Amino acid sequence: MYFLGVDIGSSSSKAAIIDENKNILVRVARNIGTGTNGPTLVINQALEEVGITRDQINFTVATGYGRVTFTQADKQITEISCHGKGVAHLVPGAHTIIDIGGQDAKVIRLNDKGNVDNFLMNEKCAAGTGRFLEVMARILNCGLEDLSGLAKESTEEIEISNTCTVFAESEVISQLAQGTAKADVAQGANNSITSRVAGLARRIGITPVVVMTGGVAKNDAVVRCMEKQIGYDITVAPDPQTVGALGAALFALETFNKK
Amino acid sequence: MEQKEKLSSKQMLNDLMADHYQSALDAKADGKLVAWATSIAPQELLTTMGINVVYPENQAAAIGARKEAQKFIDHSEGRGYSVDLCSYARVNFGYQQLKKSESQDIPMPDFIYSCSNICHTVLKWYENLAKELNIPLIIFDLPFNHTYDVQDHAAKYMKGQIEEAIKRLETISTKHYGKKVEFDHDKFKAVMEQSNATSQMWKDATMVAKAKPSPLNGFDLFNYMAGIVTNRGTKAGYEVFKAWKEELEAKAAAGLGPWKPGEEEKFRVMWDGIACWPYLGSTYKGLKNNGINMVTSTYPDSWTILYDNGDIEGMAKAYSGIYCNSNLQNGVDRITRIVNEYSLDGIVFHSNRSCKLLDFRQFEQQRQIEEKTGVATVLFDGDQTDPRAFSTEQYNTRIQAFLETLENKKEERRKG
Repeated sequence: MYFLGVDIGSSSSKAAIIDENKNILVRVARNIGTGTNGPTLVINQALEEVGITRDQINFTVATGYGRVTFTQADKQITEISCHGKGVAHLVPGAHTIIDIGGQDAKVIRLNDKGNVDNFLMNEKCAAGTGRFLEVMARILNCGLEDLSGLAKESTEEIEISNTCTVFAESEVISQLAQGTAKADVAQGANNSITSRVAGLARRIGITPVVVMTGGVAKNDAVVRCMEKQIGYDITVAPDPQTVGALGAALFALETFNKK
Repeated sequence: MEQKEKLSSKQMLNDLMADHYQSALDAKADGKLVAWATSIAPQELLTTMGINVVYPENQAAAIGARKEAQKFIDHSEGRGYSVDLCSYARVNFGYQQLKKSESQDIPMPDFIYSCSNICHTVLKWYENLAKELNIPLIIFDLPFNHTYDVQDHAAKYMKGQIEEAIKRLETISTKHYGKKVEFDHDKFKAVMEQSNATSQMWKDATMVAKAKPSPLNGFDLFNYMAGIVTNRGTKAGYEVFKAWKEELEAKAAAGLGPWKPGEEEKFRVMWDGIACWPYLGSTYKGLKNNGINMVTSTYPDSWTILYDNGDIEGMAKAYSGIYCNSNLQNGVDRITRIVNEYSLDGIVFHSNRSCKLLDFRQFEQQRQIEEKTGVATVLFDGDQTDPRAFSTEQYNTRIQAFLETLENKKEERRKG
């Protein structure tokens, strides 16, 4: 039997398929999100890699911002619960999850049973979200995935003081115009985003093991910055971008078994 | 004799509000004094003097709920008022200039009557009105209570201000009508008695929501609130709340919940903060569609102003000691009591861009209450009247995740 989880975010689409014994058969991600053919692409790719067809899927759960408009799922569950589920499966003993997504950042507290006990999401704006890094990558004229490597070359600490993404954009442009090294700007962006999210984490209370999920967790420099900010070691969930999709697939299995 | 058909409390409330606004407009047209007051001010003095009073906050809420706020906000911002200013104030400053609203008109004031127990923005907001309109300003300065209870010196300070306000009202009235007008202390006692009775009836009605399931859908509470803001000193207000209470009791006795039969109240929550008026429908449906009933809020207690009749210092204490003017520990204890008394599963916190006072301590309050009660909480961003500060999608995601947490907790309790 096969169970599909689809995580349709604002800037990427992810899919995971598991079997009835919770074996992970495939996890895929593409950097195009809701409102595009991203969901269809990742589902087709996942099915192809497992070598099955859509009608062999026994149950589908959708999550992420695009879950509401995605009509092919049997059930919708929020990304909060799905990230919780995915992390509890991948990292035993996890109590705090930090997920930086495209349009929101969240901190989730798991109880000893691995269930969501509480959560906080970013307030008001794009500050502290993946969108901030996307904007920074664009100004620095590099790919989002190259930001981490670039930041590691930083030699001087600079501060990006604006939390507003639009203001930060102009601040960075003026920094670059004054000759600040790109690497220092990249590291400054990492500091900026992590200090925002660390504030959320401290508000909810940090209990180890702390796990990071979401595409931004692939950026090693951000993870190191976050560790420094919160004062705890961070475990990056394996293939962090698809943890929500995996959680959705686990819920699909659970829901199917209850029926 | 023909029996008059009994009106529902909702119809009575509609009549009460229509009458409240019409009589103020008529009074103005007849050359009588009209005051603009803050929402939890000592109306007893105005009622005793027979002065018509309207509440700009109540009007701003109505304008917000009827999706008309933006034009007043735009007008204010165009005149230079900051987007960071309370949106009730921006709506009111806009109305002060435009003087015409599709939602609800109010007469222009002859004087201003402002009480700082609800927040400190009102001090400057209402002072600004008095200055712009060149009319008298009566201020009740009620310092924030940094101690758990209202201190005697604070109550005495307020008592002095009440006595001073009585003299000011006599002067304003005498000047306006061109003949000596005196404050009637016997009538004052009768008004105090009525105000206490109406407050108590409001409180009693809202407390019926303790029943499980709750016969009250808390978004109705937001409607009835208009009645307690505007009619706390009247018999008509008392009658509305009495009828409402009887209806709720009858529903509770029949085991009826907040919605239609078959729509189950799965979870009970309270709402912290002011309503998100421009998105009442969205915020309501987001909860109701998930079986979450907002049973109560901090509103019922805020207008439960009780004191011994004739005891001015007691009255002063009651106005000073409301939720908004109380310290963190006091606020946490109040909400903890509400959680226990109303058998709540969770709390929805409205992080209201306009309300600096409530937001100031909200995160810490949320943390402490959660620790004390163990209930699930969720916080969403919005604004009481500015429609630009709320996203339905973001709200729904938070509420759905909140629901999943509530379900988890319930399931864990069931399993022990």
